[in-house]
Amino acid sequence: MRSPVATAIAISFGLIVLIGYFIPADSANLQFILTIRSILIGWAVVLAAVAALVGVFNMLFVNMKRMTAKRNPDRFGFVLVLAFLVTFVAGLWFGPGNSDYQKAVLAVQIPVEGALMGLVAITLTVAGLRLAQRRKTLMAGVFAVSAVVFLLLASGLLGMLSDFPVIGFIQRLPIAGGRGILLGIALGSLTAGLRVLLAADRPYTG
Amino acid sequence: MNWLSSIIGLLIVLAAAGMILGFSLPVARRTKRTFRYIPAMQRLRRALGLAVEDGSRLHVSLGKASIFSPTNASALVGLATLERIAQMSSVSDRPPVATSGDGTLSILSQDTMRAAYRIANAPELFDVERGRLAGPTPLSYIAGTLPVIRDERVSTNVLVGNFGPEVALLAEASDQQDAFTLGASDSLAAQAVLYASSEETLIGEELFALPAYLQAGPTHQASLRAQDILRWAIVGLIVLAVLLSFLGIVL
Repeated sequence: MRSPVATAIAISFGLIVLIGYFIPADSANLQFILTIRSILIGWAVVLAAVAALVGVFNMLFVNMKRMTAKRNPDRFGFVLVLAFLVTFVAGLWFGPGNSDYQKAVLAVQIPVEGALMGLVAITLTVAGLRLAQRRKTLMAGVFAVSAVVFLLLASGLLGMLSDFPVIGFIQRLPIAGGRGILLGIALGSLTAGLRVLLAADRPYTG
Repeated sequence: MNWLSSIIGLLIVLAAAGMILGFSLPVARRTKRTFRYIPAMQRLRRALGLAVEDGSRLHVSLGKASIFSPTNASALVGLATLERIAQMSSVSDRPPVATSGDGTLSILSQDTMRAAYRIANAPELFDVERGRLAGPTPLSYIAGTLPVIRDERVSTNVLVGNFGPEVALLAEASDQQDAFTLGASDSLAAQAVLYASSEETLIGEELFALPAYLQAGPTHQASLRAQDILRWAIVGLIVLAVLLSFLGIVL
């Protein structure tokens, strides 16, 4: 078995957190489990913050290496490294809660993300048009027709038809379909979590 | 949560755990079981083989779910898939690269690849730069992943994890490079977008079958069987509830 100590810690902490979910908040006798669970979750939040910082520095070093590579150096990496250093140093200097600092960061972030969302809208339109070329199946046809019908219904253009019971029925169809898919995903999530608790999946042992 | 729902929830979890353990036993594995044919899985296996043969790179994008968030199950599936892909491509000239949109997930992807190469008796293949945080926010993650698809001679992109509709940009970039794309997500919006924009898509719980189809181990196959049984149990309960409702019996 690889890394038995890490596996034992992961299983025992995982079991405590899982059991905590099944204990009602008003249960006086088992309050200690809920207390232990909240302490463990608190530790996990701290670990996540440290991991985020490690991940960001990893991203910075990868980009610096690509920027200075002898073969095909990535010149745009310079922008990322410079932007990171300026934002990081300014954040340390003024504090992340400083309103001017937040305004300056958002003044860059919001237009860039807005432009990307615009690109997503164009990409999706093109993908929708190319769907007929990409997938020549009955399911693709049903998907395309459903997308158009439900977009029209959701747009409110057919508001005068809302008195017909059949329209109400059609509008509920995507909710039913979505719930069906989500039930399957919930079952999959349950078994994926149990595999970690049973030590069959160990992404943490290195 | 009251005691009744707690006990029902606990029973479902215990039943699932019992089935996974039971189906993993050698006795239960004697009977040969065949998987349902899913074209996307066949094409992925073929694409993996071709990538190893022609020395191109495999890219696994793990999504933006934090391992501490409720959507982390898709990230766990992504990590299991990454481990299997790293093992299968350990003889390739270009080892796979993993990108993610969360710090913990990027560290776990590095750990997963380290373990995969150790199991494949090729620990020297591990490179910490192959498990990357592409960006800490959903859109910066997409922006950081695009250069990987474009510049690193990637022939197969496996997008498995939690994404938003912005994943369309990754699928489109992959299409422009003539690379194969398999998309699988636990998000309904991402599934719809991937269906329209990627070559192959896994819908619903097919995402959780991905490691089993890549022969990740008996426990994955056992959990797939447990999942099937639980699904039929839920279908039966829904039908029963509908019948009781028709008969005017409200539970």
